[in-house]
Amino acid sequence: MTFTWLMTSLADATQYRAQPSPRMSESSGTLKHYFVSSEQQFDAAKMGMWLFLVTEVLLFSGMFVAYAVYRAWYPEVFALSSELLDWRLGGLNTLVLLASSFTVALSIHFIQKNEKEKTVVLLLLTLLCAAAFMVVKYFEYTGKWSHGIFPGAGFAPHDGYEAYNIAYAPQFFSIYFVMTGIHGVHVLVGMGIFVWIVSRVVRGHFSAAYYTPVELAGLYWHLVDIIWIFLFPLLYLI
Amino acid sequence: MSAPGQNYLNASTGLRSWLLTTDHKRIGILYAVAVTTFFLLGGIFALLVRTELAAPGETIMGPDTYNQAFTLHGVVMVFLVIIPAIPGILGNFVLPIQIGAKDVAFPRLNLFSWYIFIIGALLALSGWLVIGQVDTGWTFYTPYSSDGSTSVLWLTTAVFIAGFASILTGLNFIVTVHKMRAPGMTWNRLPLFVWAIYATAIVQVLATPVIGITMVLLFLERLMQIGIFDPALGGDPVLFQHFFWFYSHPAVYIMILPAMGIISDLMGTFSRQQVSGYTFIALSSVAIAFLGFLVWGHHMFVAGQSAISSIIFSMLTFLIGIPTGIKVFNWVATMYKGSVSLKTPMLYALMFLFLFTIGGLTGIMVGVLAVDVHLHDTYFIVAHFHYVMMGGALIGLIGGLHYWWPKITGRLYNETLGRIAAVLVFIGFNLTFFTQFIMGSRGMPRRYHDYAGLLEQYPEFTALNLASTAGSYILALGLFMILFYALLSLIRGRKAPANPWGAVTLEWTHTDSIPELHNFEKVPLVTRGPYDFHLADDVFGGRDAVQGTT
Amino acid sequence: MKERKAIWLPDAASTYAGDVDALFYFILVTSFVLFVGVMTAMVFFAWRFRRRSSDDRPAPVKENKIVEAAWILVPAALVAIVFVWGFRVFIQMNVAPPNAMEITVRAQKWSWLFEYPSGARSTELQLPVSRPVRLKMSSADVIHSFFVPAFRTKQDVVPGRYTYAWFEATRQDTFPLMCTEYCGQQHSTMLSSVIVQSQDDFEAWLQESLMAADAPPAERGALLYVQQGCQGCHSLDGTGVIGPSFQGLAGSERVFTDGTSALADDNYLREAITLPALKIVEGYDALMPGVYASLDPAEIDALIAFIKEQ
Ligand code: HEA
Ligand code: HEA
Ligand code: HEC
Ligand code: CUA
Ligand SMILES: [Cu+2]
Repeated sequence: MTFTWLMTSLADATQYRAQPSPRMSESSGTLKHYFVSSEQQFDAAKMGMWLFLVTEVLLFSGMFVAYAVYRAWYPEVFALSSELLDWRLGGLNTLVLLASSFTVALSIHFIQKNEKEKTVVLLLLTLLCAAAFMVVKYFEYTGKWSHGIFPGAGFAPHDGYEAYNIAYAPQFFSIYFVMTGIHGVHVLVGMGIFVWIVSRVVRGHFSAAYYTPVELAGLYWHLVDIIWIFLFPLLYLI
Repeated sequence: MSAPGQNYLNASTGLRSWLLTTDHKRIGILYAVAVTTFFLLGGIFALLVRTELAAPGETIMGPDTYNQAFTLHGVVMVFLVIIPAIPGILGNFVLPIQIGAKDVAFPRLNLFSWYIFIIGALLALSGWLVIGQVDTGWTFYTPYSSDGSTSVLWLTTAVFIAGFASILTGLNFIVTVHKMRAPGMTWNRLPLFVWAIYATAIVQVLATPVIGITMVLLFLERLMQIGIFDPALGGDPVLFQHFFWFYSHPAVYIMILPAMGIISDLMGTFSRQQVSGYTFIALSSVAIAFLGFLVWGHHMFVAGQSAISSIIFSMLTFLIGIPTGIKVFNWVATMYKGSVSLKTPMLYALMFLFLFTIGGLTGIMVGVLAVDVHLHDTYFIVAHFHYVMMGGALIGLIGGLHYWWPKITGRLYNETLGRIAAVLVFIGFNLTFFTQFIMGSRGMPRRYHDYAGLLEQYPEFTALNLASTAGSYILALGLFMILFYALLSLIRGRKAPANPWGAVTLEWTHTDSIPELHNFEKVPLVTRGPYDFHLADDVFGGRDAVQGTT
Repeated sequence: MKERKAIWLPDAASTYAGDVDALFYFILVTSFVLFVGVMTAMVFFAWRFRRRSSDDRPAPVKENKIVEAAWILVPAALVAIVFVWGFRVFIQMNVAPPNAMEITVRAQKWSWLFEYPSGARSTELQLPVSRPVRLKMSSADVIHSFFVPAFRTKQDVVPGRYTYAWFEATRQDTFPLMCTEYCGQQHSTMLSSVIVQSQDDFEAWLQESLMAADAPPAERGALLYVQQGCQGCHSLDGTGVIGPSFQGLAGSERVFTDGTSALADDNYLREAITLPALKIVEGYDALMPGVYASLDPAEIDALIAFIKEQ
């Protein structure tokens, strides 16, 4: 909710760039009154988005610190526990996300060329990847839950997972669920944004002259991707 | 200028026009109303706390109520008053005009931040009404907060949400300062207030996400016992303290840097002299902002962190004293060979210098390892942080409000009442908190609902506490007086001229008595520095050429 | 009221307290001088350069590089001194001499328990004078903090790990001991004393308290009632402080918050001590700590015997 608001507000700054050419809109009088030029408007929106991404990175870095601290204290437990995570599923998800980053990048490329059909198709592909990611996550989570691997108080491994009933394994899985959970929420938010972007592309709001929201959404998506690139090896591999 | 008599206050009317405004000036006023209300509330909690401590034994409330009272006092004052206050009120109102912009970069986001802030605030306060039991202190230390019988969930959510507002405000200001400056407004012509808000914004953006994630983890710890912070589940309570202070130490610079910016502007204007060491002051803000991230461990010298970390944190803590000292000395030097006028805002600036220097020097004192072992968690600490927070940040805010009041409202307040109130505040404040330095040095622990058990060894605590309570009433009287004459000026204050102080920054030289809706009819061209009084013939010479009203 | 010697800090009574005080007073005086200097300059400038006419426009002052450098270097030098000094005293305060006597400290809401090498226990810290003592501290519930102002000692007591402190008392007297980390409702009554006596008196006290363990159950229970901190919450005179009073408790009909009730026989009392959360007495909150499950059976018997006598 917050995020869509943020996107609209940021994008708002450049809405009136939907003019024949970005460089000419100054004279057209539709520029937001508090900006002098549309470059200024566009730069501001982009800088705002970058700053927002910085805060996102810092949000996750808090969790990376928690992870690092506990890993340093209990390396064996962490090594053992991470074996329970299926690196194949994680790897699959990594590929899916990488592919989606690629399709987003392409969609920006095509909107710059005013090829709206291609843009829509690529954005839908992105959405599909995101959905696939969440489906795989769903199977991973329920697979754990069915064996009693819950975050926190519910942690009670059974049905063959008794070996994980050791001190500090709950910490590993709590961290795993919290990190991937918050990341998952970001994926869901991203899906919401793409639905909204697609609908606006279809309604013809964007063109080669004005596509800032598409670009900002793309930036956000790359961030979600990058965070996963860190999560995957830390949790699944080492 | 624009249609005569047109200004941002009367451009549109009705409650709706205020609640849906995207004008940075009106949003500043929205913050002013909200923050003043919360300040009043936080102050009432403070007076309850002080009244309970007026005499040993139970005076007006039992221990549970007392613990809730100081927790809410701390939470309200920190998260709902001092952090949003200066950026929200004066940053919003003044900063865009000072850099010659027509608004901030993202006006809708700006309004949105205010709403998030209000939602967070309402949540924080309603949690208290509905569940009524948060008594953890504003520091939320685990495991007390994670498995006590109180409900911390609401308050952590509220802090998380209010933090979001702080991030967005900071983000907005950074972009505004980078992208919206008027032609000629180079970085070394920025008023020092702008520099200060800019440095603050950096800290807001970088530090606040960490308190966000800390609150999320604490929330989950309570909700499903994830075992990160709770020792009963194998978690580490000291880790929580690291997380908490990693935000909350930088947060103290979110509180003080904007006030320092105000003081710089006040010293310049009321001395009619270039602010001494402009570059040093501007850059020391940035230096403080960065150093502030490296010293959080000084809150944990006796918490069980390793001696090595304590030593490093102590060393870094002292480094902060140096850029701060640069500022203090430069402010004093600004008066040298100036033309000093002791109008009410300037009285507050001097009061700031007095109180903040005491607060800062005692900060250095508790940064010394061996000494802090004795002083930690005593009233000495309470006194230290009130000297910097109330005596520094809020006195700075009050000074700034007096300074910009004519610009915000177009009215002049009563100067005599202003000075009397300033004296009351000064006396009341020192009586309240200086006594606490003495009690603290002798070992009176903080967060004590009752000190009857200590009297056998320390009979003097009764008198000292009573004096402190008396002081807080005098202080409250002074503050209420300010509120009174401020409101009075709205009704029957004299109309203010466009530039009553003879200042030379844009908000005084290039706007009407009350700024018009979009600040300037056309974007100003800046040709001099913010304190170049000697170049300001337009202000001191042919004044009528520039100003509409006088 | 005692005669006080020190003017600002409380009278010192440990070997390193003097060093801490010297440092404290050094900073205090230096800060005072700095402060007075800054304020004098401020007041003097404000008066000397006061505005004389409303269109005064003083000429700009050129910045003086030497002055600017001075106020960077002087504070830097001062903090360097203070840091090194503070660091050395801190190390001294942190490293216990090897011959220190080790006393175990257990903190819980809201009482202190001290255990001596011989197995004796007390709720007030008994110390021999002029002998280094090292505390090994742990907490049963939340964080507390061990603070003796006269010794200039403070150390948080953290659940889930041990923390340490040491000192050597220099004179025989009784000193207040406080909890300085906020720990809930009765934080401000979590007080105790440090009783410093001569080596001989200390030995005698140890003997005496060891004998108490062999005392008849009810007497031993009376001791445990104090040591385990029951007295912080349960009175013996019928007033309900935090928990119900023990007066007339045994054998009476107890009503619980869930509406049920039970007779307070031995089994009920045992359960109430070891599993307090199970049944909550009407009119009270579930504040009783669960740590008593770990008392040994003889101790629980002693406590029950004691309660029955009230
Ligand atoms: C506005 C808020 C604010 C500000 C600006 C500061 C500023 C400083 N604070 Fe403070 N502090 C708090 C708010 C603030 N603090 C709060 C809220 C707490 C308690 C939290 C809690 O536990 O609830 C706290 C607690 C606190 C502690 C922990 C104490 C404890 O719990 O045991 C320490 C320890 O190092 C400390 C140090 C400092 C230092 C070194 C500065 C420095 O920045 C000060 C620098 C200023 C000067 C030094 C004065 C001017 C300089 C000169 C005149 C030049 C000459 C100087 C020298 C020779 C050095 N503070
Ligand atoms: C901004 C921060 C701030 C401010 C301004 C204050 C202001 C005051 N504080 Fe507080 N205080 C804290 C932050 C602050 N405090 C924190 C963080 C703690 C720690 C909490 C904890 O331990 O968890 C604390 C703790 C604390 C304690 C220790 C409690 C304990 O440990 O047991 C005490 C005791 O005396 C105290 C007293 C006061 C008093 C008398 C004031 C007075 O200055 C208040 C005066 C104000 C009024 C009476 C309101 C009047 C207002 C108006 C009339 C509105 C007018 C508006 C304008 C002028 C704009 N405070
Ligand atoms: C932190 C406070 C606290 C401490 C310390 C404490 N208790 Fe309690 N106790 C309570 C409270 C509150 C109740 C009432 C709620 C309940 O039934 O759990 C209670 C209830 C009881 C009861 C049941 C009383 C009744 O009316 O039926 C017994 C027996 C008891 N405590 C024994 C002890 C003993 C023995 C100790 C020490 C070894 C002790 N308590 C220490 C708070 C405390
Ligand atoms: Cu124990 Cu405070
Ligand atoms: Cu700090």
